[in-house]
Amino acid sequence: MELSANSRGRRRRRIRPWHIGLYVWCGLVFLFLMAPLIVVFPISFSSSAYLQFPPPGWSLRWYTAFIDDTAWIDATVRSLNVAAATTVLSTVLGTMLAFSIVRGKFLGRSMINQISMLPLIVPVIVYSIAVYGLFAQLQLIGNWQAIVLGHTVHAIPFVLILVGAALRTYDVNFEQAAMSLGASRLTAIRRVTLPQIRPALVSAMFLAFISSFDELVVAMFLGGSNMTLPKKMFDNIINAIDPTIAAVSVLQIVLVTGVLIVVSKIGAGASPTA
Amino acid sequence: MTAAAVTAARVPPDTAGRWWRGHRADTLLALVAAPAMVFLFALYLLPVGLLLQQSVEGGSLAPYEKALTDGLYVGVLFDTMLIAAYVSVACLLLGYPVAYFLTAAPAPWPTIGIVFILLPFWTSILVRTYGWMILLGRNGIINRLLLETGLISTPFPMLNNTTGVLIGMTHVLLPYMVFPIYAVMRRVDLGLLSAAEGLGAPGWQIFRRVYFPLTLPGVLAGVTLVYILSIGFFITPALLGGGKVIMIAVLIEMQVRQFLNWSFAAALSAVLLTATLLVYLVLRRLFRSDLQWS
Repeated sequence: MELSANSRGRRRRRIRPWHIGLYVWCGLVFLFLMAPLIVVFPISFSSSAYLQFPPPGWSLRWYTAFIDDTAWIDATVRSLNVAAATTVLSTVLGTMLAFSIVRGKFLGRSMINQISMLPLIVPVIVYSIAVYGLFAQLQLIGNWQAIVLGHTVHAIPFVLILVGAALRTYDVNFEQAAMSLGASRLTAIRRVTLPQIRPALVSAMFLAFISSFDELVVAMFLGGSNMTLPKKMFDNIINAIDPTIAAVSVLQIVLVTGVLIVVSKIGAGASPTA
Repeated sequence: MTAAAVTAARVPPDTAGRWWRGHRADTLLALVAAPAMVFLFALYLLPVGLLLQQSVEGGSLAPYEKALTDGLYVGVLFDTMLIAAYVSVACLLLGYPVAYFLTAAPAPWPTIGIVFILLPFWTSILVRTYGWMILLGRNGIINRLLLETGLISTPFPMLNNTTGVLIGMTHVLLPYMVFPIYAVMRRVDLGLLSAAEGLGAPGWQIFRRVYFPLTLPGVLAGVTLVYILSIGFFITPALLGGGKVIMIAVLIEMQVRQFLNWSFAAALSAVLLTATLLVYLVLRRLFRSDLQWS
C-alpha cells in the first residue's frame, strides 16, 4: 500500500507528451459539455427578436416578456407545484421502501427491489403512453395531480438508491440505544435515525425535485392543455424561436447551479463522486 | 456513492437485521413496503400491462407483423439501433479519457471537471437542446465561425438532420458513460501499472494489456447504459431532427397522437421494451454485482 502510494506520487510528477494530448482532449470535451449552456446567456440579453450572434444590442426585454406573460408564469408555477408534490410523495414512499428492503428478510424482498428499479430501465415513452391510455379512460388527463403520480413513479428509484445506501451504512445501535432509553420504535426512527441519514434524504429530495421539474414526456401526455414549464418550452422551441426561452433557460441554469451548491454543502450522494 | 458502497460492504450483512428479530418484525417490514408497492402496481405495472395487452387485441399478431416486416418500420428500427450505436461509440471516445482525467489529474482539476459534467447533467434537456440550436443552425455560431475563417464556403447543415441528433444525444448521454467508467477507474490499483512499467512494458502495452482490461467493466456498463437510454430517446430526435430523423420513440408518439393507432403503438412499445430488457439482462449476466447508474 505504502509502495503504491509512493509510486503514484512519482507517476504524477512526470509529465509525458501524451499527457498534453489528454489535457487538450479533455478541455475540448468540457467545452463541448458547457457550450450549449454558455450560449444562452448572451442570447437572453439580446435586444433582437432573432437569433443573432453576437447580439446587435443588449436588453432585458426577454426577461420582462417572461414575467409579463401569464402563460409562462402559470406553466412555471404548475411545474413548481408538481415537483414539490412529487418530492413529498416519492420521498415518503421511497424511504419506507428503503427501510423495508434494507432491514427486512422476508421472501420477495429482492423482487420488490427490482420492481421499484424498473422505471429507470423501461423507456419513458412506453410508460407515458401506457399511463396516458389508462388515465384517459379514467378521465384524469389535464389534472396536475395526474402528472404528480407519473413523476413519482420515476422518482421512487432515486430515493430508494440514495436512502437505501445511507441505511446500509447506518449503525442500528444508535436506534437500539434510543429504544433502551425508553423511546418507542417510531420515535427512535424519527428522532435518531432520520436526522443521521439527513444528507442522503436531502440529496434524494433534490433528485426527485429536479427529475420532476425537468420532465417533459410524461407531462406532455398527462397534462393536456395544462402545460408544465418543459411542455411550454418544447412548444416554444418547435413553433417560433423567440429569445424568451433563452431568458427562461438562464433562470433555470442559475436555479440548478444554486441548488447544486446547497446540496453539495448539506447533501450526500447526489453526485456519483461524493 | 462509491465510498458509501465500500463502507457498506465492510459492515456485516446481518447488523441491520439483528434489531428486529423474528417473523413479527419481518411482517411489519413487509407491510412498510406495501404503500409503495400498491402505488407502483396501480400506476406502473398495470398501465404497462394494459398497453402490452392492446398489442395482441383480438388474438391477432398483425401489429407485430407490420412493425417487423414493413420496410418503412424496419427502417426506423434499424436507424434507431444505428444511431444508438453511433452515440455509444461517440460517448466512449469522449468519455473514457475524461474519466481518466478525473482520476489522475492534480488537485483542483478533478473537482472542476466534475462540476463541468454535473452542471449540464442537471440542466433541463430542453435548455441544452435550445443551446445546440443556437450553435448548430444555418446561421448559428459554429457555421458563422467556419465561414469567417474560410474553412467552408457554404453553411454546413448540422440541424434538422442526423448530425444534429447525434451531437445532441451524445451531449445528453456523455455523463452516463463517464460515471461508471470513473467509478471503476478509481478502484484500479496504480501499483499494477508501475509493476508493468518496471517489467519493461512500453506505455501502449501497459494501457492495452493492463489498464484497459481492468477498466473494461466500467466501459461495458457505460456502453450498455448509453445504448439502452439511446434507443428510447424522444426529446432530442424530435427537436434536433426537425421531423426528418424518425427514431422508434418518435414513431410511437406519432402513432398515438396523430393516428390514434393504439394496437400498433403498443406493438412498437413491446418491441422497444424487449430490446431494452434484452440489453439490460445481458449486462446483468456480465456483472452480477449491483448495477446502479451511480
